Amino acid sequence: MHRTFWAIAKKEMYHILRDTRTLIILFGMPIALVIIFGYTISNEFKNASISVIDQSRDDLSKSFIEHLTSSGHFRLVTTGKKVEDLEHAFKAGQIKMGVIIPPKFETQYYRNNTVTVQIITDATEPNYAATLNNYAINIISSFNKGDPALSSAPYRIDIKTRMFYNPELVGAYNFIPGVAALILMLVSAMMTSLTIAKEKETGTMDLLLVSPVPPLIIILGKVAPYIILSFIDALIVFAMGYYIFEVPILGSLPLLLLMSLIYLMVALSLGVLISTVADTQQTAMMASMFALLLPTMLLSGFIFPIASMPTLLQVISRIIPATYFIDIEKAIMLKGAGWEVIQQSAIVMVVMVIVLLLITWKNFKIIHK
Amino acid sequence: MVNNAIEINNISKSYGDVTAVTGVNLNIAKGELFGLIGPDGGGKTTLFQILTSLLIPDTGHAIVEGLDTVKDFRKLRKIIGYMPGRFSLYPDLSVHENLEFFATIFNTTIEKNYHLIEDIYVQLEPFKSRRADKLSGGMKQKLALCCALIHQPVVLFLDEPTTGVDAVSREEFWVMLKRLKQKGITILVSTPYMDEASQCERIALIQDGRILQVNTPTAVTSGFDKTLFAVRSDDSYKLLLDLRTLPFAKRTEPFGEYMHVTTEPDVTAEYIAQILNSRGHKSIEVKPTSATVEDVFLDLM
Amino acid sequence: MPSEIVIKVNNLTKKFGDFTAVDQITFDVKVGEIFGFLGANGAGKTTAIKMLIGLNRPTDGEAQVAGYDVYRETEKIKQNIGYMSQKFSLYEDLSVRQNIEFYGGIYGLPRKAIRKKTDEIIQKLGLQDRAKKVVGDLPLGWKQRLAFAVAGVHDPRIIFLDEPTGGVDPVTRRQFWEMIYESANNGVTIFVTTHYMDEAEYCDRISIMVDGEIKALGTPAELKAKFSSETMDDVFIKLARG
Repeated sequence: MHRTFWAIAKKEMYHILRDTRTLIILFGMPIALVIIFGYTISNEFKNASISVIDQSRDDLSKSFIEHLTSSGHFRLVTTGKKVEDLEHAFKAGQIKMGVIIPPKFETQYYRNNTVTVQIITDATEPNYAATLNNYAINIISSFNKGDPALSSAPYRIDIKTRMFYNPELVGAYNFIPGVAALILMLVSAMMTSLTIAKEKETGTMDLLLVSPVPPLIIILGKVAPYIILSFIDALIVFAMGYYIFEVPILGSLPLLLLMSLIYLMVALSLGVLISTVADTQQTAMMASMFALLLPTMLLSGFIFPIASMPTLLQVISRIIPATYFIDIEKAIMLKGAGWEVIQQSAIVMVVMVIVLLLITWKNFKIIHK
Repeated sequence: MVNNAIEINNISKSYGDVTAVTGVNLNIAKGELFGLIGPDGGGKTTLFQILTSLLIPDTGHAIVEGLDTVKDFRKLRKIIGYMPGRFSLYPDLSVHENLEFFATIFNTTIEKNYHLIEDIYVQLEPFKSRRADKLSGGMKQKLALCCALIHQPVVLFLDEPTTGVDAVSREEFWVMLKRLKQKGITILVSTPYMDEASQCERIALIQDGRILQVNTPTAVTSGFDKTLFAVRSDDSYKLLLDLRTLPFAKRTEPFGEYMHVTTEPDVTAEYIAQILNSRGHKSIEVKPTSATVEDVFLDLM
Repeated sequence: MPSEIVIKVNNLTKKFGDFTAVDQITFDVKVGEIFGFLGANGAGKTTAIKMLIGLNRPTDGEAQVAGYDVYRETEKIKQNIGYMSQKFSLYEDLSVRQNIEFYGGIYGLPRKAIRKKTDEIIQKLGLQDRAKKVVGDLPLGWKQRLAFAVAGVHDPRIIFLDEPTGGVDPVTRRQFWEMIYESANNGVTIFVTTHYMDEAEYCDRISIMVDGEIKALGTPAELKAKFSSETMDDVFIKLARG
């Protein structure tokens, strides 16, 4: 039995190694994606154009503005006195964010223990706006902490903890987990569904089926090389994140890799499931594109935050494997979380594997029509 | 009957509204070289897929070497060799890699069964490390045959092995099949070419999922009991139209350079020539001819 | 029959690097002739045809197709020829009518002419009841005849048929040849390539190509006599084995 398994796996390796396009997708794609996301995202949040309406013009407001711009994330392009000036600058496309400092800023700050700074963002790009917002909140919170006279005082602007684990506000922190999820889905699901569909299309699947090799071995043999290759891809993405974009892995690396392996099993089961229904490579391609890649990219929280999605999409995002994997990755990599924190998501993924394999098993016909 | 390698009993299969085969009954003896002759879409491939256990028939059942194609499919798959209609090897693997792969998945080695494929493989040997997609049509067919033979099957199913192959390779292929028959292998081969029928011991004519006739090739042609003439002149198209107007000509079909005319029994060649002459044809040639498998096929359709 | 020459080929050669795919071939095809262009796969048939229909530039030699030069006047050649390949070049998801109209359109026929031609073809093929059905649902034989009719939608002087009748049943195959005979009778020259030698016997004249060269040229009867063979298959085998 193991001899036939190796024969099939070896043959699959030949197919992969002899096809330049497959090789490019396998190894060029992850590297390209990491680099593209890495540089565009981290550049985007440097020097975002802002305008500040300082209605107070006291010492504290000045040092506040100073603090805001010295972070390097914001560039002050205009200042104004009236709120209307802001509107004008937005319309002219000069700025992405406006900050309004109320009158008597310093007085209120010390007297009332609380002060309201208004942040206005251009929500035509909601994702971008949300991120800017988070940056600003974070910087303001560090302004609180940075004032030694205030450090123990209750003068705080209550900010959300959501950015807490990404204190340096590096974009790469968000996309490395996402890219890893996308690449694993691409390689494991799309590539396996394509390679099985290809054998059906060329008729070689018939030859394999009329041989004494059990169908399970045929599938496992074909899938095995992709397990290894996509695992290598995961390592590449994490390594690039770590060494080039300084995305830390605070938690346990073995746990992260184990979780990647489980996610990979989900993706593989999806790929095999697609290949049981798709008879041609084109169908397999379309199916994995629309059923797997697009949701992984758009609905998993990778590009658009789930919290800002309409309820229906939020529900859908809950059945997308990448949603759980990205959660787990972020927890392990950025928060250093252990098994207790991620176990719920991990169990969901394991259940997904079992369910998918059961469906596939029912669908996979030994006698194929 | 114990001597049958293949027994097909009342097999039917349809895909939705399309009927692929209906009520097929056929017995093929052990060691026979049997031809399934018919055009594309006639049901040949469906029948092959049923016999190789890839397809479950809607009704009826088939027994290959005593094994039911549905119930005993695992055992069956060990003893049959199958060469599908399209070239179904791995184009990006070399000749040797393809052969080795198929040997391995059948739990055997090239060395073990080399005697079976030796005749054929020696011709491929010089191209051993060439990728399969860089082979000529004839070479591809030979490789596919080697791959189907490498596990020493008892029954060989060859679906249109000579389609798209040049005349020389086709000729060679039939020689190879006859040699395999000598080794006691039962061979079921399908082809759309009527002229290949004579290469088989027995043939079945198949059309629209039905078996029209089963017999030896000579019995099939000698069973054609109508008067048949081969006619030609300098203007083929006019000849065709003219012959169709003749009341005694029951059927006129182009047949290469000639028209084959089926007539009433008492018509003579001279009479036909005379009429054609009067219609202005030149270089007229009319001769009685014996039926080919294709004539029989046309007659049965 | 007028013996006006419509395809004139003289020492036509095509080389790919060191490899000579077509080696100084010379032949003429007359108006209204059914000319069979035979050869095994890889003998150079496809390369030769591509040069004649203006898709491939010859390395050497000369050729005129429908009176136009294959080096300089390929656009004119394309206007005057029709082409039907093995795959029938029809759109399976378009209806019969839409297919005809489409090809009429790409050959720049005026709208009225397209409509007239479409009705004519549908009438002639007896496809009135199926004119609105998608081509994918037609039986193979109908597709084949429709593809041939479509190749002639712009009334070309020559129709090239590339491996047109593989695998069809004997009745369908004959219906197809009758259409070819009829067109030839109307003065359209038919240039057929095939590697099925029995198909060749339906042609007025044939050439057999082996390894880039034309090794035999004549009527089927002449060739069979010359090689003392019963069938064209046999002629070919004798030629190929040298």
